[in-house]
Amino acid sequence: MAQVFPRSANVLVRAGIASSVLLVSVLTLVAAGMYQSPLVNSMKIAKAQPIPFSHQRHVGGNGMDCRYCHTSVDSSNFAGVPPTETCMTCHSQILTDAPMLQPVHESWKNGTPIEWTRIYDLPDFVYFDHSVHIAKGVGCTTCHGAIDQMRLTHKATNLYMGWCLQCHRAPEKFLRPQDKVFDVEWKAPRNQIEEGLRLVKENNVNVGQLTNCSICHR
Amino acid sequence: MKTNTMNAAEFTSQGHWRTLAACAACMLALMGCHPDMWNQPRFAALQKSGFFTDGRASRDPVPGTIQYDGQRRPWKSAVFEGISGGQLTVPSIMDDTFYTGRQGEGFKADNYFPVSAELLARGRERYDVTCTPCHGFAGDGFGVVTRRGFPNPPSFHIDRLREVEDGYLFDVMTNGFGRMYSYAARVTPEDRWAIAAYIRALQFSQYAPLDTVPADVKEAILNPQPVVENPADSSAAHH
Repeated sequence: MAQVFPRSANVLVRAGIASSVLLVSVLTLVAAGMYQSPLVNSMKIAKAQPIPFSHQRHVGGNGMDCRYCHTSVDSSNFAGVPPTETCMTCHSQILTDAPMLQPVHESWKNGTPIEWTRIYDLPDFVYFDHSVHIAKGVGCTTCHGAIDQMRLTHKATNLYMGWCLQCHRAPEKFLRPQDKVFDVEWKAPRNQIEEGLRLVKENNVNVGQLTNCSICHR
Repeated sequence: MKTNTMNAAEFTSQGHWRTLAACAACMLALMGCHPDMWNQPRFAALQKSGFFTDGRASRDPVPGTIQYDGQRRPWKSAVFEGISGGQLTVPSIMDDTFYTGRQGEGFKADNYFPVSAELLARGRERYDVTCTPCHGFAGDGFGVVTRRGFPNPPSFHIDRLREVEDGYLFDVMTNGFGRMYSYAARVTPEDRWAIAAYIRALQFSQYAPLDTVPADVKEAILNPQPVVENPADSSAAHH
């Protein structure tokens, strides 16, 4: 009986196996690349806003505190997007004729809210509370990046669970003293781990509990 | 034997399709194609809604709503709980003085809280956050926005403002004054009292009677020593 497969079939099978392995690795790499890509996590992409509000001007330039506008950040889960009244507190006097501020004046006149485009959006199955992070010494820039240098606001971190866990597993690497939480120029000191461990103890951070699923998925 | 055999081309192509299908499934899973869990049918703060004509999901209280006095909100900061003698909630809405700064016909002369280091520290923090853009860190009315064209507010270090009641300062923060908007929606009443206390401390810092100064500091003020600009020069002068 003649052989079913010709000799050349060996080459085909080997090539098939090799190319399958290659394909799997390539696809894995592509998937990993996409996972880190701004196309998927929209990191570092400034989005258009009704008013080209610049944190660089207000925070970096004017040295305003985060809490002037985000008033509920230290007392509630939501930091708060300022109402038009907050803008108008200064802009009833400053840059009153600037075309870029027209939406603010219209909103003030008509009582219609300004529709800002959301930058940081956690999935609805994640429980997050700003106030507890502030109270325990997580600084604004730890998650929001160099906000004082952003002309248009972008997402500075990918907000993946792995990213959250970096701090939930080892908060001592990130915690700051209470008076530095809103300091946009804060840099970790040389003895950060030592300082961080002190803050973990001082602020009663129960590190073991921070990686419980139900801490964030409740 | 015949039944188990297949064409080589058929074998490889089927293998590829399975791999491809598995990879596609993995990638879709990685990309998180579960918008139903990601965006659940509920509203977050300040979210948009097509249900109401004004497009807002957050609703205002119905006009004419009167705050119910039974369940008062707790202090947002533990500072006030301590200062007010372990009281767990803010004063009753019936306590006009706490919410308006007024007492009888006029304003409350002194602070609502007993003035303590904690109250001043809280007041300083909130003053620095809220008031400095216009009033400046020293309270002289030269805050950063005045350099951008905002008219200077009056300095706190003038006789008129040294003589006003604490309740008056509270009232200005609550209702605004001239070009200054109301801060009632942004700063809680207890924080406004703390800020009033800190403004008093600021005023005192620029207008302290000499008799209140400790003896050694008083001596230094009355007999000021010439300022030595460069220590190297002074050591050279000794030789």
